[in-house]
Amino acid sequence: MNSAKERLVNGIVKENPTFVLMLGMCPTLAVTTSAVNGLGMGLTTMVVLALSNVFISLLRGIIPDKVRIPAFIVIIASFVTVVELLLQGYIPFLYDALGLYIPLIVVNCIILGRAEAYAYKNPVLPSLFDGIGMGLGFSVALTCIGAVRELLGAGEIFGIHVMPESFVPVSIFVMAPGAFFVLAVLTAIQNKVKIIGEKKGRDMSKIQSGCGQDCLNCADSGCAKRLYDDKEKQAPAQKKAETTQAPAQKTTDTAQTPEQKAADTEEEKAADKQVKEEKENG
Amino acid sequence: MVKELLVILIASSLVNNVVLSQFLGLCPFLGVSKKTNTAIGMGVAVIFVITLASAVAGAIYQYILLPLDITYLQTIVFILVIAALVQFVEMFLKKFIPALYQSLGVYLPLITTNCAVLGVALTNVQKNYGILTGIVNGFATAVGFTISIVILAGIREKMRHNDIPESFQGMPIVLVTAGLMAIAFCGFSGLL
Repeated sequence: MNSAKERLVNGIVKENPTFVLMLGMCPTLAVTTSAVNGLGMGLTTMVVLALSNVFISLLRGIIPDKVRIPAFIVIIASFVTVVELLLQGYIPFLYDALGLYIPLIVVNCIILGRAEAYAYKNPVLPSLFDGIGMGLGFSVALTCIGAVRELLGAGEIFGIHVMPESFVPVSIFVMAPGAFFVLAVLTAIQNKVKIIGEKKGRDMSKIQSGCGQDCLNCADSGCAKRLYDDKEKQAPAQKKAETTQAPAQKTTDTAQTPEQKAADTEEEKAADKQVKEEKENG
Repeated sequence: MVKELLVILIASSLVNNVVLSQFLGLCPFLGVSKKTNTAIGMGVAVIFVITLASAVAGAIYQYILLPLDITYLQTIVFILVIAALVQFVEMFLKKFIPALYQSLGVYLPLITTNCAVLGVALTNVQKNYGILTGIVNGFATAVGFTISIVILAGIREKMRHNDIPESFQGMPIVLVTAGLMAIAFCGFSGLL
């Protein structure tokens, strides 16, 4: 039971998909107009995540390595369809509130990420708890963001009026722009925590997600980096000279040069490999 | 009919902008908006793929799923069709139109996991759009994506030399910019 508890804590605190890994940002921004919607989306995702983790873990010896991603997607899409129909039948108000974002759980990178990073390599029971832990972490995060937005935008939490009469709701927070602002502050806090941690000499390199990186830093290291790399390879040598000059200029106004960043990501990758090896050995 | 299509064109590209008001396709929006050139390339690729995908998904829905009464399979079918379609387009361009592949090829794998593509296919079904209306809606949505990603890339290029507080460097300031853009796009809501 120890490993189960460890997986739950890991999902909710250490590897919280929203606050730490920054995964699944589309639903995070779209449905957190109120705490109830956030909670509903989080729990729906949790159910899908737990079920798909169990199934993928069960089938991990059968699915050939080469077609694993399409296989994962089919499994996830099936569970999403099941959950969607259940919601439509039994919790219609939530189905109406979440709308398009329920079928879009299919493309939520948390689910595919956990399938690839955990369920495909581990036994059934830990995978189940990993799914529940991650799902709970996601629910907690969405509920918090939803509550903040609801509090500032409507003066309510879970539909109960809490702010004093004199409080004028800042309705921009329940509208689309508010989502961006709340997330901006959130990532700024995350940055701050990282900076403080690094100053104290703690290892703040984030634990890697399934696609190797989180959504928001895709350009620095995920699949989008490949794009920039390809472009630079195609570019003539003249441009390369320019790009090598540019970082030198940057050192003055940014704390972290691209070279350092590249080194960082390499370190992270090395750390990730180590973790993976340890997992395999243990 | 023409008027109806025009309304969809404006509504999907400006009023209900896919990124700024629906939050779909956020990853490429934030990830590939460092330079204007790459942003334009990504935008064109997205227009191409979404328009094609909404045509194919619409046809499959109308002629296969509806007659067989298996519309509940739409999510599974759409995601597989889109993934296969993007792969196919990549192979086709590589073999037959290398010039186009040169400019769009690198963006295609990125689009497979773009939730805007699946989002458009599902919206078309939800709103009971026919195939033609669906294609127009897909095209308009993708144009909206291109407009916003190119604007964001332009702002980010200007912003590179600004003095930004340490903890707001990188993504946070980009998100604040996106928020301000979203406020600006709210202005379009009076258009219809």
